[in-house]
Amino acid sequence: MTFAEIQSTITPERAAGAEGNFYKSPKKTIGPGMNKRIQLLRKQSVETQESLSIERALITTKFYKENYGKYSESVMRALNFLEICNQKTIYIGSGELIVGERGPAPKSIPTFPELTCHSVEDFHVLNTRDQQQYTISQKDIDIYEREVIPYWSGRTMRERIFSHVPKEWQAAYEAGVFTEFMEQRAPGHTALDGKIYQKGMLDFKKEINNHIKSLDFLNDPEATEKLEQLKAMDISCDAVIVFAERHADLALKMAASETNTQRIKELNRIAEVCRRVPANAPRNLWEAIQMYWFVHLGTITELNGWDAMNPGHFDQHLTPFYEQEIAAGTLTRNQAKELISCFWIKVNNHPAPPKVGITARESGTFNDFTNINIGGLKSDGSDGVSEVSYIILEIIEELHILQPGNSVHISTKTPDKFLNAAVKVIRQGHGYPSVFNPDIYIEEMLRQGKLLQDAREGGCSGCIEVGAFGKEAYLLTGYLNVPKILEITLNSGIDPLTGKVAGIDTGNPRNLKTFEELYSAFLKQLNYVVELKVSVSNYIDKMFAKYAPAPFLSVVIDDCISEGKDYYNGGPRYNTNYIQCTGLGTVTDSLSALKKHVFEDKTIDMETLLNAVYNNFEGDEKLRQRIINRTPFFGNDDEYADKIAIRVYNDLLAAIDGKPNTKGESFHLNMLSTTCHVYFGKVLGAMPNGRFAGKSISDGTSPSHGCDIYGPTNVIRSLGKLDQTKSGGTLLNLRFVPSLVKREKDIEKLGHLIRSYFTLGGHHIQFNIVDTATLLAAQNCPEDYKDLLVRMAGYSDYFNDMNADLQQEVIDRTENEEF
Amino acid sequence: MSCKWCHNPESQSPAVQKLYTASKCIGAQDCIEVCPNHALTLTKKGIITDFDLCKLCGKCAEACPTKAIEMSGRLYDIDEILKIIEREKVHFEHSGGGVTFSGGEPLMYHNYLIDLLKECGNKNLHRTVDTSGFADTEIVLEVAEHTDLFLYDLKLLDNEKHKKWTGVSNQLILKNLKVLAEIEANINIRIPLIKNVNSDENELTKMAEFISELPGEQAVNLLPYHNIAKNKYNKLGEVYNEFDMAEAPEAEQTRAVKIFQTFGIDVEIGG
Repeated sequence: MTFAEIQSTITPERAAGAEGNFYKSPKKTIGPGMNKRIQLLRKQSVETQESLSIERALITTKFYKENYGKYSESVMRALNFLEICNQKTIYIGSGELIVGERGPAPKSIPTFPELTCHSVEDFHVLNTRDQQQYTISQKDIDIYEREVIPYWSGRTMRERIFSHVPKEWQAAYEAGVFTEFMEQRAPGHTALDGKIYQKGMLDFKKEINNHIKSLDFLNDPEATEKLEQLKAMDISCDAVIVFAERHADLALKMAASETNTQRIKELNRIAEVCRRVPANAPRNLWEAIQMYWFVHLGTITELNGWDAMNPGHFDQHLTPFYEQEIAAGTLTRNQAKELISCFWIKVNNHPAPPKVGITARESGTFNDFTNINIGGLKSDGSDGVSEVSYIILEIIEELHILQPGNSVHISTKTPDKFLNAAVKVIRQGHGYPSVFNPDIYIEEMLRQGKLLQDAREGGCSGCIEVGAFGKEAYLLTGYLNVPKILEITLNSGIDPLTGKVAGIDTGNPRNLKTFEELYSAFLKQLNYVVELKVSVSNYIDKMFAKYAPAPFLSVVIDDCISEGKDYYNGGPRYNTNYIQCTGLGTVTDSLSALKKHVFEDKTIDMETLLNAVYNNFEGDEKLRQRIINRTPFFGNDDEYADKIAIRVYNDLLAAIDGKPNTKGESFHLNMLSTTCHVYFGKVLGAMPNGRFAGKSISDGTSPSHGCDIYGPTNVIRSLGKLDQTKSGGTLLNLRFVPSLVKREKDIEKLGHLIRSYFTLGGHHIQFNIVDTATLLAAQNCPEDYKDLLVRMAGYSDYFNDMNADLQQEVIDRTENEEF
Repeated sequence: MSCKWCHNPESQSPAVQKLYTASKCIGAQDCIEVCPNHALTLTKKGIITDFDLCKLCGKCAEACPTKAIEMSGRLYDIDEILKIIEREKVHFEHSGGGVTFSGGEPLMYHNYLIDLLKECGNKNLHRTVDTSGFADTEIVLEVAEHTDLFLYDLKLLDNEKHKKWTGVSNQLILKNLKVLAEIEANINIRIPLIKNVNSDENELTKMAEFISELPGEQAVNLLPYHNIAKNKYNKLGEVYNEFDMAEAPEAEQTRAVKIFQTFGIDVEIGG
């Protein structure tokens, strides 16, 4: 029997849903939520099928056809954005309090042909694939084929980029040595600070025009370029004001034909709010939430930047409005909760824009990675937890929907009461909130040269990457398949899966006499790959700066206005590029096996091991077992393995950290994998640590699947040995059986584990509280587990929306039965 | 002493034990090759050890590629143990937790235990001793000097039944518990709640009465029976005889709690 066959015959030891599983299949007709309005909005949001809207593509194509060449690139982008805001269908759903959709209706997602243009075949795949299906009518496909595709053919950002990359890059990319984020979507990964609660678009316009007036055309050679950028920003402010006004108009129109007096009142209020914001600064909680939502929609309509948009420390931003209104008696706690719930559902209405050339392999999820930060520190360094933080925790638990993602930020100043409240939500087993350590990530940002107050106002966006909210462009450029680099090293630069060249020839591994010789060959390969990656990333950055500026995003990020520069062109106060390294556990364990068995104990010779690996351990199960049972592996507080992990981590850092980017700043290391460890595993042969070909590699900084055998306190100590301060984020996944956190006492125990990891210098930790029996049962009867959410990487996803490989990856994670 | 429901049967004997997990065995037969005493044979059920021939040398465990054969029980010196304990320090600081010495019966190794307890005390670690109380009273008293909390197991008040289920009389155990209570040791009394052994009203009332008469206020944890340890018996090549032991049904557990409460005892299920 092969390993895969054994895997498929595993049956649950006890029925899912038995004692210890908190997960209950939903039987109620109306889903969860605090009241009927929220229940209905949630139900609609969850049950609506994701679809594609061609409206934005048609407006954009028509506008470009008529106007391209008449304006500078940035003004062209702004005018196109204004045109969309003027033309697009405005939607106000029944019962909604917070309004606005990127598409014509909830879950209807526009395309961005100017960046990446879907082919007819892409649409057919999206329409029919089993997972992450986006529907589109044949009629719309025909229109797209006629109106959109011919115009953009050869003009998209994707084509501009891919027609220019060197063939060495292409070879490494095709072998799966790394991925490239910007081939699908625009650079994004940003979050906002508190400025939009102090200033409206009219205030920003005033600032922009003051800067236009002070441009020095006599002495500043860039003045003309700056003028174009500022003009574009000014236009984009008008665009979102128009967008809001159109909502106000529609609300009044709907009120005129509405019969329910309560709803008439609400629609009139919506109109009043949309007239006020985003043109002016918000005055109350409702306006504050709507303000953010219009800005959010503006940025994700302008371009399809990665990780959508993120309000940052949303609880901290809303708190002054909440407190002021509670004191004045104009708002109750429940009304506040209802409004924030409405916002939550709005985010859930916006699945990620689907990729082109779809394989659904690299990152298959509807999640668009908005990650709301709760708790943490204020910019003055004091504790940021407020009543709003607790309200948000309640909402997360009650709604348990896919989006927005959320995280709690636990500093030494954060009260235990808040930590325990968060753990109570974690133990529900939806995979969120994830937990971050501000004390460490502030240090990370200070190391990168940020000002203290900017670092404190920062946090995480997307998955685990951190940045200075409202002041930084921190671009994730792609994942690095670190185990693949070792594989190529062991094959003299050739990808053994295809026989093609994927790297440089670092010599025949059979001639290596010491582990040090092997390791330096690996380092040589690593440096080659990183340089390849960085040089193309820099090229892509320049392309975006030139051809796809983001004037509206630039308005809300300091200091784009005062610099007169675009978000993509060094306008922000801080400009960081990240390369995300994946598979630390797999590569550490493989190096550990080679070091111990081949070079030190000499119990296995290199030839034997390489042959076994090449043949996927076929007929070599004894050898494989010896390796997996007799090798020191990462994640067990074992010095032998941990020293290798530290060394690899430090060398990744040395290879990446400080490489120049195009904005006079630099690249940094990030240890995130999202779902890419599954894709990277698919394109990787067997490894010397006993991992079979095609199986997922380890995620983030987590140990290899099932290799951490001495419990979570050993895992956190191993990870604590990495100097995480030098990264821009690490990721640790832990899986627990539900019975471990069943009792009230256990909540504190999980809290202590978190505090301990953070004392050891941990950046992030996240939990899946679900047992193998439940996961296997969900695979067998998907319909009974429709809303089973699990933690994937920096986000949660519906288990049923994940492909079989991703599901298996979660099942293979070590199941901890004790602390 | 050996309770029929023991969850750590491998630790009942102070000697090294051999554990065999058939599901991990891939039939490599390396163990058979290296055994100097020819004590092993491969059968349909996996590897069988002839314990008349086996000298527990552990060569088979070393040779086994899958760790289907493992040796349980090894000697650590005090420094080794302290190093392992020390590693958990950060976690102890947050959890206020510390070290628990259990087993088997830690009092079986009392000299060693006392040295360890002293060392942990020097490091300001919280020390818990999980014991059946079946030891000489002088030993118990000496251990108590260096212990912050006792988890003290109480099984049955009825001495005949106690002998039947654990193999020994309960007189010494009851005496030691009383002695510890008298010197105001910090005690948590733990009672495995087992249907057909001690979950009847009569037995529970007797236990509650005894506990209520002890000096000071003693807290009780009732631990409902489960048979998760079955696997371990298989690994030892032993048979786990459940007799008619069973988990006390919910209603009986609630009744048990009430009985202790009527005696004014602070009682909790689980822990």
